Amino acid sequence: MIRRTGRADGTADGTADGRAGGPGSGDSSGPAPLPGSGPGPGRPRRPGRRRAGRVPVALLLPALLGLAFLVLPLVGLLVRAPWSALPEQLTSPQVWEALRLSLVCATAATAVSLILGVPLAWLLARTELPGRRLVRALVTLPLVLPPVVGGVALLLVLGRRGIVGSWLDSAFGITLPFTTTGVVIAEAFVAMPFLVISVEGALRAADPRYEEAAATLGASRLTAFRRVTLPLIAPGIGAGAVLAWARALGEFGATITFAGNFPGRTQTMPLAVYLAMESDPEAAIALSLVLLVVSIAVLAGLRERWMSAP
Amino acid sequence: MTSHPGAAGLDARLRVDRAAYTLDLALTAAPGEVVALLGPNGAGKSTALRALAGLLPLGAGHLRLDGDVLEDPAQRLHTPAEERPVGVVFQDYLLFPHLSALDNVAFGPRCRGRSKREARAEAAGWLERMGLAEHAAARPARLSGGQAQRVALARALAVRPRLLLLDEPLAALDARTRLDVRAQLRRHLDEFEAVAVLVTHDPLDAMVLADRLVVIEGGREVQSGLPAEIARRPRTDYIARLVGLNLYRGTSAGHRVTLPDGAVLTTDEDLSGPVFVAFPPSAVVLHRSRPEGSARNVWELTVNGLDLHGDQVRADLTGAVPMAADLTPAAVAELGLARGSTVWAAVKAAQTHAYPA
Repeated sequence: MIRRTGRADGTADGTADGRAGGPGSGDSSGPAPLPGSGPGPGRPRRPGRRRAGRVPVALLLPALLGLAFLVLPLVGLLVRAPWSALPEQLTSPQVWEALRLSLVCATAATAVSLILGVPLAWLLARTELPGRRLVRALVTLPLVLPPVVGGVALLLVLGRRGIVGSWLDSAFGITLPFTTTGVVIAEAFVAMPFLVISVEGALRAADPRYEEAAATLGASRLTAFRRVTLPLIAPGIGAGAVLAWARALGEFGATITFAGNFPGRTQTMPLAVYLAMESDPEAAIALSLVLLVVSIAVLAGLRERWMSAP
Repeated sequence: MTSHPGAAGLDARLRVDRAAYTLDLALTAAPGEVVALLGPNGAGKSTALRALAGLLPLGAGHLRLDGDVLEDPAQRLHTPAEERPVGVVFQDYLLFPHLSALDNVAFGPRCRGRSKREARAEAAGWLERMGLAEHAAARPARLSGGQAQRVALARALAVRPRLLLLDEPLAALDARTRLDVRAQLRRHLDEFEAVAVLVTHDPLDAMVLADRLVVIEGGREVQSGLPAEIARRPRTDYIARLVGLNLYRGTSAGHRVTLPDGAVLTTDEDLSGPVFVAFPPSAVVLHRSRPEGSARNVWELTVNGLDLHGDQVRADLTGAVPMAADLTPAAVAELGLARGSTVWAAVKAAQTHAYPA
């Protein structure tokens, strides 16, 4: 009988009165369930509606082919891995440098995405920003844009002769392209939309009336955001951050276009893999294995949220 | 906020234009008074509450509390919710799920400038007063409905509001808890020195908790007064149904009240002009054939439906004077009542109550 309405957008009367019930009726409802708490691990699954009988070959064959197509390359990576030479490969300073650079840059790009992306998501979810649909479309664009195009665009704006870049150069002597900072910028450009979309979804799922409750207790909008909204959407922020981090770690196109490929400075793992393929395929395989392990770790971290399909 | 000394309590005219209706409600209350806004779904009760809290701007009107002008659209004055001396108990409490009961209560004092230690000490005091000291560390999810309600009340009172707003404070509770919590809430409201405004669609909650009722329908006040007065002399069908009375509006000449469609009711009161006539369903006596005797209010009616109410059956009768009648299940069997059957209904004039409309 207790129906929770998602948003109180002013038509709160429906919320208040939307339950029939006099003194004689009404069933027990505990405190409101936690908003934004996704499907828990112990969630009962719906019994699958599987029909017994033969699976048509016309469906089975392409399905198995598709599976093989997705899995075989990874198997190949494991089969062809130079297991005996692996310890030596992985302890080479070049590998460590690329791995360290990758981790540092992806983490920094995630931090940048968090600092800028969470407020942006809040703006999209909680305010009547004029042209909000357009803004959301623009935010989402880097998701579908070929990363190389992103890199070119970044060069045109932040490059030494770019619109903002030339000013940064002349006024502060700051150069962004072909530096480690440039790597972070390129990765953040590509990864931030993942975070914004994820956090915005979490914000929309969270009941905005908690913020109203905070306001009636004397909290400013910023305090309400900090002390109420942020903790409520923490799982969404976490998932978005992991997703953004994984995307940043694998970034190739925008990075190589905007930041180049200098070992120790801008050569991240994906670039190192690409380069190694030309000169030393075994090293490339070893590097790929490392990235594969990292990806599996990310997937394991996210499985609660993304893998438990309804 | 500008001050008008001497005007203690709440003085408001709330006008809010919504797509579906317009809320236009004058509301005044003295310190210590508990006013209940009672009305059907969509009457504008919660809109009024949100406007008082500052969560919804007024389209017109004014809002003054203890002489301070909190809102006056004509002067473009709107004190935001976080700056109003107002406490709100929301209908599903909206306790912050990530904070303990103690930190929920301490949230308000903290936002109003107390140090963390002071705020927590204060919150502990409130929980103690509510008999919840041992639940201070519990998260809201671990509290029962009644406990959560008391934490919500403590949280609202902890900001020391001069206006306490309660939105359907008992609606989320089961019937048994409700009885206890209602009594406790009454006690806390008695102790509360400032104005309390309560929104409910439950007449029993309103009658028990409030000193005065304001009944609203379609965004407007239709009746206000003491609970007993409203229960005795309802002025709309909605209120009559709430308090369980049959209500008719007609024109009186002497003891005879003529209803708009021509039916005539005889009453004891001697009035003239527009009047209301009310009588309880228990005053109706049903007969299989036209009764002999003193009752002058006798009509042949059709049974539209039968419902069990406690140990009584309530018959919904239609005809010249539609009414609800209460009778025992045995009487239903004896009379052979069923949907569609006809029956004679008699009401003694002494059982009716007429009052000016």
